[in-house]
Amino acid sequence: MSYTIEGSTGPWELVIGLEVHAQVISQSKLFSGAATAFGAEPNSQVSFIDAGFPGMLPVINRECVAQAVRTGLGLNADINLWSRFDRKNYFYADLPQGYQISQYAHPIVGEGAVEIELTDGTKKTVGITRLHLEQDAGKSLHDQHPTKSFIDLNRSGVALMEIVSEPDMRSPEEAGAYLTKLRQILRYLGTCDGNMDEGSMRADVNVSVRKAGESYRTRCEVKNVNSVKFVMQAVEAEARRQIEVWESGGTVEQETRLFDTQRGVTRSMRSKEDAHDYRYFPEPDLPPLVLEKSWVEQLKASLPELPDARRARYVAMGLTPYDAHVLTLEKETAAFFETVAKGRDAKQAANWVTGDFFAALNRLKRDITDPPVTAENLGRLLDLIADNTISGKIAKDVFEIMIETGKAPGEIVEERGLKQVTDTGAIEAAVADVLAKNADKVAEYRSGKDKLFGFFVGQTMKAMQGKGNPALVNEVVKKLLG
Amino acid sequence: MRPTDHTLKGALDALAAGETTSVALTEAFLDAIGRLNPRLNAFITVTGEKALEAAKASDARRAAGKAGLLEGAPLAIKDLFCTAGVQTTAGSRILGGFIPPYESTVTANLLRDGAVFLGKVNLDEFAMGSSNTTSASGPVENPWSRANDPDTRLVPGGSSGGSAAAVAARLALGATATDTGGSIRQPAAFCGIAGIKPTYGRCSRFGIVAFASSLDQAGPVARTVEDCAILLKSMAGFDPKDATSADLPVPDFAAACGRSVKGLRIGVPKEYRLDGMAPEIEALWQQGLQWLRDQGAETVEISLPHTKYALPTYYIVAPAEASSNLARYDGVRFGLRETAQGSDLRDLYERTRAKGFGQEVRRRIMIGTYVLSAGYYDAYYLKAQKVRALIRRDFEQAWGKVDAIVTPATPSAAFGIEERQDDPITMYLNDVFTVTANLAGLPGLAVPAGLDPQGLPLGLQVIGKPFDEETCFAVGAAIERAAGFTALPRLRA
Repeated sequence: MSYTIEGSTGPWELVIGLEVHAQVISQSKLFSGAATAFGAEPNSQVSFIDAGFPGMLPVINRECVAQAVRTGLGLNADINLWSRFDRKNYFYADLPQGYQISQYAHPIVGEGAVEIELTDGTKKTVGITRLHLEQDAGKSLHDQHPTKSFIDLNRSGVALMEIVSEPDMRSPEEAGAYLTKLRQILRYLGTCDGNMDEGSMRADVNVSVRKAGESYRTRCEVKNVNSVKFVMQAVEAEARRQIEVWESGGTVEQETRLFDTQRGVTRSMRSKEDAHDYRYFPEPDLPPLVLEKSWVEQLKASLPELPDARRARYVAMGLTPYDAHVLTLEKETAAFFETVAKGRDAKQAANWVTGDFFAALNRLKRDITDPPVTAENLGRLLDLIADNTISGKIAKDVFEIMIETGKAPGEIVEERGLKQVTDTGAIEAAVADVLAKNADKVAEYRSGKDKLFGFFVGQTMKAMQGKGNPALVNEVVKKLLG
Repeated sequence: MRPTDHTLKGALDALAAGETTSVALTEAFLDAIGRLNPRLNAFITVTGEKALEAAKASDARRAAGKAGLLEGAPLAIKDLFCTAGVQTTAGSRILGGFIPPYESTVTANLLRDGAVFLGKVNLDEFAMGSSNTTSASGPVENPWSRANDPDTRLVPGGSSGGSAAAVAARLALGATATDTGGSIRQPAAFCGIAGIKPTYGRCSRFGIVAFASSLDQAGPVARTVEDCAILLKSMAGFDPKDATSADLPVPDFAAACGRSVKGLRIGVPKEYRLDGMAPEIEALWQQGLQWLRDQGAETVEISLPHTKYALPTYYIVAPAEASSNLARYDGVRFGLRETAQGSDLRDLYERTRAKGFGQEVRRRIMIGTYVLSAGYYDAYYLKAQKVRALIRRDFEQAWGKVDAIVTPATPSAAFGIEERQDDPITMYLNDVFTVTANLAGLPGLAVPAGLDPQGLPLGLQVIGKPFDEETCFAVGAAIERAAGFTALPRLRA
């Protein structure tokens, strides 16, 4: 059943499109050699080009172009071998040139598609309209001085990719899933770090509502939303506002709005009448951007494996679709898993990573990039299980000790004498002892109380401090009761 | 011979022969500037001390056997080129007090070759003008005057009026200039000197205050065609800091000045014969063509059918780009800042830009903003771009028939400083013969070829194929030889 919001006049459908600004991972800015690191001292990463000084000219950074092409390829999109930069003119104190160099009429990347999966397992394709390269503006700081505004130009000129979706999403969940998936793809590609709290990814959310079967009604744009959660909230808040406007006999006006994360509502930023006339025209300081087909092919050949492909591969390796999904959400998690699974039983590796290991991450509030147990050591632990050095049960204890001590599993097993007993003589002695001590239970068993079998096994394991090989213990108990 | 009477070539030869020193030349020019500049107003900034230091260093280099191509030659720099540590105004109040921490590529190339900079010369504000009357530093006076009316002060042309006046009055051996619609060729013609706007992309635009990016191009003005060739050789070349600069080798332009024009086909575009054109201009043109035929060239009438649209096209494209290029002068980071108690950002913009920009610059910003506006873009800017492509095509077709094109440089001789100020359109007509080369990105050379009835210099223009400045130099030098232009301005060192 498709998502709707119930109004006083009945159900309303939502129509959602996203424009995502993703900061390109690159050493230097789109048109200058200045550095791009986050969190540097204000105005410490600014060239004369970024500050719009007289006579300064932009020169395109080839790496940023490559990143845009990689992203386009990762979004299954058309790469335009001929594209062009345009100037978007407006005045603001943190826009030093008085224009932003962007791609308006001829973007570097054309139509593409992203597949999203919803919690109920349904899949949906969201169309990509285009991706273009543009430079970021600086930052105005209005809270540093009672009467002055400060400007930080560190971001000025940093390369952004604006990724525009088709209005294909129909619910807050779909919008959230799309943004999450997009971020995942960019991170896999290494073209954007996707850190929304640092502003390296932000979304403009276009929302409209309609009755079933209608064509599109007027949309509003909610600017600069900076988390997946807020995108979902903003979609719903804005849809509810529009429904109320329509249902109270009003008309939704096309405008730009902001999402108030405190109050959970959107409020007007500027109306259509106040919209800037950006006076776009071709950037005369830059020749058209012409790409060699062979260069694009080269970039395509060197693309990393993307989440969907990796997931499919994991399923083919025997993982459940759920485990495959969880393990591919973050590139780093997948890399961790692959190290653990390399040359080992993939299914078992997945169980350990998604089970004990994830539990430990949560419990210790650690991140995959800072794991309490290395992938190599976790792999070695699995080896100890596989070669019957320890049982799966003991392995769990060893894992906890690994977290505490940081030691390798072999060392722990050695030191603490946790090696599994596979000597049938020793096991037979232990079982015989248990049976002797529990003669009454043996009698009950023999008179038909089969359930007691587990009791004898348990007692034997306990007597052996868990080190008995479970299969052998079972076998011997069966034989001696036999 | 007085040191200031040298051509650039003559001075370089004298320096090489040890007959003079850079210090002696520099002192002579600084002395001439001191005497004449109060009247001519050609220099905005004179960097006397720096120049003498540079001259000493140059003489030392020469003594050490390390002389560059322009070793020790005192030059004037149009105040549109950013010069490290020296105030750069672009002729505007809005850049008041701006001292660039960087050097333009063109001036850096000249310094690399040993040139000595005497100072920064006047220009129309942001290079917008054809009379050098729009400068915040006041008008420049043409060193020439009418024989029958010597008291009327004449314009040197623009926008490189300071460059042309300084060279004509012997205040420098040569000067840098820029040309967006005729700003090298028209003042060169008005001041009786030579100047070349090279092919778009030949000289780097890095560090030159932008007027209209797709049209702006740097070039030299000097007393002879050969001097221009020597200067251009140094100024030109690929620059990775300018994405529109051409990655091509720079030929030996001076050698091209000695080439014969025999067998060259010279195009004579019929559309350049304007209704009501002054008879002396027509006569000069015919004379120039005859000189070339006398030296073995063939003249061929050609058609450049879209010529009549060139000026209106130019006055859409150039202001459009300028309106955007000049947005950075906002009072926030450098130059003038006008603010009032309790004023906001918009107020800062309005006050700064109203006070900082002169009338002509404001006019062009408004025209440019208008033609790029929603609802007008297609009718003006887009249409102009289409016409520009047609103008370019006119030339491409002409190159199938001819090797170079010769036209008058200007529709008249220099006019009075007080004249033609009330009607911007009349002023814009100055560029009628020159804007086409900018729109098509072609090299155009102006060479003095004769005098009008009042004894004022008139020039001819040679337009060449893209990156074929050599043919322009060959044809220009041939005209120069035949013309034997020896007249001198009244005001000179």
